[in-house]
Amino acid sequence: MAETRPMTSEPVEAWITGIGLATSLGEGPDAHWNALNNKRINVDETGFAPNIVHPLAPVSYDAQIPKKGDQRQMEAWQRIGTYAAGLALDSAGVKGNKDILSRMDMIVAAGGGERDLAVDSGILNSEGYGAASPGLLNEKLLNDLRPTLFLAQLSNLLAGNIAIVHGVTGSSRTFMGEEAAGVDAARIALARIASGQSDIALIGAAHNGERKDLLLLYEFDDFNLKNKFETVWAREANSGFALGSAGAFLVIESRAHAEARGAKPLARLKSVVADQARRKTPGEVTTSLQKLWSQLGARSDAAIITGATGAEPVTSEERTFLKDHADVAIRGTGTLFGHTLETQFPLGLGLAALAISRGAMFPPNDSTGLEIEKSGKPTQIVVIGAGHWRGEGMALVEAI
Amino acid sequence: MTATRDNFGRPIVVVTGMGVVTSLGAGKEDNWAKLTAGESGIRTITRFPIDGMKTTMAGTIDFVPVEPFSSTDLSEKLGELVTEEAIAQANIGSKGDFPGPLFLAVAPVEVEWPQRQVLAKAAGANSDINYDTLLRVAGGGKFVQYHRRFLFGSVADHLADTFGTKGSPISLSTACASGATAIQLGVEAIRRGEADAALCVATDGSVNPEALIRFSLLSALSTHNDPPQKAVRPFAKNRDGFVMAEGAGALVLESLEAATARGAKILGIVAGCGELADSFHRTRSSPDGKPIIGCVNNALVDAGLTSDQIDYINAHGTGTPENDKMEYLGISSVFGERAKEIPVSSNKSMVGHTLSAAGAVEAVFSLLTLEHQRIPPTINYDVPDPAIPFDVVPNTARDARVTAVMSNSFGFGGQNASLILTGEPV
Repeated sequence: MAETRPMTSEPVEAWITGIGLATSLGEGPDAHWNALNNKRINVDETGFAPNIVHPLAPVSYDAQIPKKGDQRQMEAWQRIGTYAAGLALDSAGVKGNKDILSRMDMIVAAGGGERDLAVDSGILNSEGYGAASPGLLNEKLLNDLRPTLFLAQLSNLLAGNIAIVHGVTGSSRTFMGEEAAGVDAARIALARIASGQSDIALIGAAHNGERKDLLLLYEFDDFNLKNKFETVWAREANSGFALGSAGAFLVIESRAHAEARGAKPLARLKSVVADQARRKTPGEVTTSLQKLWSQLGARSDAAIITGATGAEPVTSEERTFLKDHADVAIRGTGTLFGHTLETQFPLGLGLAALAISRGAMFPPNDSTGLEIEKSGKPTQIVVIGAGHWRGEGMALVEAI
Repeated sequence: MTATRDNFGRPIVVVTGMGVVTSLGAGKEDNWAKLTAGESGIRTITRFPIDGMKTTMAGTIDFVPVEPFSSTDLSEKLGELVTEEAIAQANIGSKGDFPGPLFLAVAPVEVEWPQRQVLAKAAGANSDINYDTLLRVAGGGKFVQYHRRFLFGSVADHLADTFGTKGSPISLSTACASGATAIQLGVEAIRRGEADAALCVATDGSVNPEALIRFSLLSALSTHNDPPQKAVRPFAKNRDGFVMAEGAGALVLESLEAATARGAKILGIVAGCGELADSFHRTRSSPDGKPIIGCVNNALVDAGLTSDQIDYINAHGTGTPENDKMEYLGISSVFGERAKEIPVSSNKSMVGHTLSAAGAVEAVFSLLTLEHQRIPPTINYDVPDPAIPFDVVPNTARDARVTAVMSNSFGFGGQNASLILTGEPV
């Protein structure tokens, strides 16, 4: 494949030529732009009470996943992702283009699929304190698990479903590891394009936040936002994140590749950097973000879209970093979309590309004054992702 | 171009350290001795009750204690073990300070049954337990360790911390091709000049009741339970499925330039990597074999080699009726008549299918094949399948001149990856 070309000395310029968003605010660029400008937020405070979630807005899956059989083979997270990936391919104008899709790289950031909660509960009840006969777990699992559920849960099967439904087959890589996986998906895709190892890539992630088994994982360290919704910067007294449902995909390609097929860019993806502070002493995240900023090559007046979670101490450490950028437009996607883990960073990239393509930054949505009004065209937007527990990343998205 | 770059002008990527653990044992020496002796690591499962199971054997690693058991804890321990071995051999960096990034192939992570049962007990009820019950007792700090343990990034986090790898560690899954993908990511990073060294690790400790049942429900597993050592029969007519197994493999990759500069011993070259996804079906290969053919060809092109320069194929060879048939179709389409002559053996006949780890475990075995000029056999090959006329190196290891090995990995979700490993730069 493209891999065999001599390494180029100058980085190849990479453009974002397609975005696909399906979130709690709707689907597609117009719905998102309108919702953001109307400061609309979609939270469910009762369905998972006391936990708060941002539920997926209604989506007509048939539009991107025409076969019902395919839809049935997927869990919600895979459907959301396969749907958003289709939107991104449509947006880039490559949907159904077999020539391009067959050599398009794919890097998906993924967690896993939802468990069958009824089966789990049934087993725990029948075990009665775990005192049941040794073979009971086997018997219940053998009888009650749906055979295809495994495939709906497997991390790499979101990519697998995108290959099946949309025909993206140049490569298929799935990164795992919460927020950082979303950063690294973009980072590796860009590095491959910039070095000439690849011409075009589909990257992204999907998350179903309306899941009790996921709430359980984050409840172990009291990360779930409870009882009352606050914007992400106003949670110091009641810290945590509200899980969100979202799929976010982007088509990234070399400028030459885009120009050759007459594709219009939404924005340029200039650089993506990532690190993992050990977070053993206070201040390490602040330092890590400062270091990443210095590697990024952004102007000091670049706007910022951050996936800050609302969890502590990381959000406070990020806020300290942001004090150095107090006079630029900062927008927290955690307020608007909830926390979507692997998806938060690709979502930030998609919103940055959207804002640049619309020639404006969407309005602030914050009671603390950290997010300020800014008029004028953003020419550089830095996307930040500091994971709730590990991983820090940044990307620079530019107007062309 | 200097001799540290390949014909495409890219830095040559070499292996300077390797570590491996399988059901055969820990370490390269033990594994190689048993592998070339044709021993099987498959045994009847004793880790948990096997009542009612259709498949009752696996290549478990029981000599690495994990209490209370979780597959993620075992994966982490196995990953640590092989990384220690690989870094010690490479003698690179200093303790806790590896001078490059980590690429980790690891099985998907989730809370497991022992932990779920602890929560249920903590709820103090023995009826009407559901996820709301579990959620009520989960918070408040009593189970913080479960959050740390069951994050998808937790194993990579631990390895990065322990071995001091640089940057953001990448955890990845391409199903049963994951180990090969981890190596490919390392190769690419070095070729781009981002790093002089990379740590590529793949680990899998997945043998727990639910995982066994999940694969069993997909009819993927062998049910030749007795004797377990005879269960995995790659390329044989009476093959009936794969056998789950645990294991880990680690490779220290470096640019030839960096390795030479520090006087490191070169164990082999990763000359090429290929991949291609299959969009046919979630668990089955496209009947025309095109994705496998394309993947193998991509690896050859990437290495700058032709098929007649490959003199051994380390097969994916799971022993499922479908995989082995498709692998023959793919290989014979690329290799033509030579497909019947070139040795093609399956390590899985002995160590079972180490799933996420397989690509790296088998890369280590491929490099040992190059080092020892000896090809490990395909055991349990008693009934040849006339539809698959491979020279499978049946039942007994064979001395041979081996200069270039192709190692194939294919997985659910249309994952295909191939590596080409050589003794000398090509």
